[in-house]
Amino acid sequence: MRKRTFLAAAAALLATAVFGAPAALAQSDYPDRPIQMIVPWGAGGGTDAVGRIFASILQEELGVPVNVVNRTGGSGVVGHSAIATAKPDGYTIGIVTIEIDMMHWQGLTDLTYKDFDFLAMVNADPGGVMVSADSDYETAQDLLDAIKSEPKGALKASGTGQGGIWHLGLLGWLLSEDLPPDQITWVPSQGSAAGITDMVAGGVDLVPSSLAEGRSMIEAGKVRPLASMSEERQEMFPDVPTLKEAVGSDWTLAVWRTVAAPKGLPDDVKAKLAGAVEKAYNSEEYQKFMADRGFGMRWAGPEEATEVVASDDESLGRVMKEAGLAAE
Amino acid sequence: MDILAQAAGLVFQPYVLLVIFASACFGLFVGAIPGLTATMATALLVPITFFMDPVPAIAAIVTATAMAIFAGDIPGALLRMPGTPASAAYVEDAYLMTQDGRGDEALGAVLVFSAIGGIFGTIVLVTTAPALAEIALKFSSFEYFWLVLLGLSCAIFVSPSSVTRGMIALLIGLFAATIGIDNPAGQPRYTFGNVELLAGVQFIPAMIGLFAVSEVLRSIVYSKERPKIDRSGKHTVFKRQWTNIRRYPIQMLRGSATGTAIGALPGAGADIAAWISYAVSKQFSRQKEKFGRGHVEGLVEAGASNNGAVSGAWIPALVFGIPGDSITAIVIGVLYVKGMNPGPTVFINDPQLIYAVFMVFFLANIIMLPLGWVAIKGASTLLSIPNRVLMPVILLFCIVGSFAINNSVFGVLLMLIFGVLGFIMEENDIPIAPAILGLVLGPMLEQNFITSMIKADGSFLAFFERPIAAGLGIFTIVVWSIPIILYLRRRWAGSEASPKEDLPQG
Repeated sequence: MRKRTFLAAAAALLATAVFGAPAALAQSDYPDRPIQMIVPWGAGGGTDAVGRIFASILQEELGVPVNVVNRTGGSGVVGHSAIATAKPDGYTIGIVTIEIDMMHWQGLTDLTYKDFDFLAMVNADPGGVMVSADSDYETAQDLLDAIKSEPKGALKASGTGQGGIWHLGLLGWLLSEDLPPDQITWVPSQGSAAGITDMVAGGVDLVPSSLAEGRSMIEAGKVRPLASMSEERQEMFPDVPTLKEAVGSDWTLAVWRTVAAPKGLPDDVKAKLAGAVEKAYNSEEYQKFMADRGFGMRWAGPEEATEVVASDDESLGRVMKEAGLAAE
Repeated sequence: MDILAQAAGLVFQPYVLLVIFASACFGLFVGAIPGLTATMATALLVPITFFMDPVPAIAAIVTATAMAIFAGDIPGALLRMPGTPASAAYVEDAYLMTQDGRGDEALGAVLVFSAIGGIFGTIVLVTTAPALAEIALKFSSFEYFWLVLLGLSCAIFVSPSSVTRGMIALLIGLFAATIGIDNPAGQPRYTFGNVELLAGVQFIPAMIGLFAVSEVLRSIVYSKERPKIDRSGKHTVFKRQWTNIRRYPIQMLRGSATGTAIGALPGAGADIAAWISYAVSKQFSRQKEKFGRGHVEGLVEAGASNNGAVSGAWIPALVFGIPGDSITAIVIGVLYVKGMNPGPTVFINDPQLIYAVFMVFFLANIIMLPLGWVAIKGASTLLSIPNRVLMPVILLFCIVGSFAINNSVFGVLLMLIFGVLGFIMEENDIPIAPAILGLVLGPMLEQNFITSMIKADGSFLAFFERPIAAGLGIFTIVVWSIPIILYLRRRWAGSEASPKEDLPQG
């Protein structure tokens, strides 16, 4: 019995190999085989969680298995390249994160957002300003006064690697206050959890990562949130003022995650995928999952998502150039 | 009492027990295949747990990871392919014991002492989690720097041959760890514009190459059949372990305690715990010379240590929502989804859920014994396969494992390069284990050193300014200087005392 199934599978495989080409042209029956979803960050992180919940809902929408593959390392370059260089047939999609707007400025890759077809933006988390609960700074204004009065580099901040997204978030804020980019020394860390832990241990003074990432420590009374880098207060942290309210700064930044495919998707495939992604976004499962995890909801369809990605590309590029983080 | 009864009611249901059993089998399977890690097992389980109640969901993950970490020792002992970096510390001893016909005893020791270490860690978790988590929170990069440095010093203690050769191996590992962009400055190093190299030397393919592929190469070059392994002694998996418990009670406790303590630190995990425990075990042993040559003592201590660390990692995770390793990072997400937000409040709001989780920990470590026995018995039949059949099969597994870690052919290439490197190293009597240590701890050392220097504005004194850091630093310097002082004293006195008698005892 087992042998027979094997033979059948082998025959099916052979048939796909032989007749595969014409089948790929007639896309009307898309999808007819498993879809691969590439996540450019490690298993266990926030992007991985979003990728996996999406995969499990898309699987029901599309009726074929959607397999999550973590392609990690190289500050996200490896995974993003794997998505962009895949065949644009709708059988490889991935989660593209805000790092795509940073890595090419750093000179790590030639890859930009233009190498992708964006299907939707499905999440965004605004940056924040957090200090340890035993810190002297009670408000963002206290902190800003200290930043201005202390000698250059006296205050230390952490939360991502050198030139990582939260580093840029802090730099953007400093530049918006007409402060030099090296007014605060950046201490590179492996992600915001490590940065927050280090801050509570007394290693650094502030962490500008998303409030959601500090949620458990905020609830445990170890971390004090001072501000949110968003236009409106966050639903989960109604008591935390926006940066505008707190110190009058116009700077905002949110890290987003998009579902994207390699550039050049056939129109009918793109329409079908985008529809499925929108349904998945609106599913009760996804909404509940994101609310429980404390991740911010953000919907943008293909065109709007591309616009947001393009405008962030420009503003992040400006900050990186001013801070001397962009490659020559 | 009432809470305990409620908790037991949540756990001892046919459905929950079935989930525990199924995920145990799943964990064993994933862990026994080199290249498939406990983290991967957890990530694969997450979508399934969405449809479960909180207790079975957590039970599935706890059981699968405990099993996967033990199962990583099976290919280590039988084929010299350690499943996890944590088992790499003692793979040499376990493998040589198998060659010696004592494979069942070696795996039995790892199994029993894994379970003991896991249970010890759980008891600590149940009784002192909040207090221990507070201490763990005091660790910043200064403290971790010293801890990692101590870990690296183990390279000298664990290498069976000369100190110089151990150093060479360590430096090879440290060099490999510098490749890539994931360093504190975010600068690509030794990547030559290659995108795959940006990610650096992935640990699993390198480890499979160094240990397993080099062994395959050697079997081909010397084309020797393994000595017939006597498998007549039938029930040796557990039988010898009573003797081991009676003979090594201190090792067992020391390993469990060290592992749990290191595991509770968010920045250190099972791998560094196993290495430190193995080195401690060797240093204080009466039979130092047997280490690395098929001796069970190191397995007892390091085996208990790495499972203790797995339980210990839950301490900061449950109390503060801080992930101790990549597995607890995933679990914290699941806890949020299930409405059991980690933090001090979870102990007050849902005590019955927390106690149910603790019960699952005990169950998982106990069920490990019978299932592990079956797995050992099943896997041992591998040894009756002749080399000419077994070696190609091993190579096949190596390739699959190296590919699976990142779904990339680059992993296979890395594995082959490190296989040849491992072969050359062993032909020249350079031990492999210290290279693995360098590869694992190198990035941590650099990260913690650079970030500490940035925080201290370049002042070395900062490494001694915080109390815990100062203690660890002085301890490290003492450990380093004792051999030098003893050497100088011997020279001074002109005596010809044998070095063994002079080594520090405390």
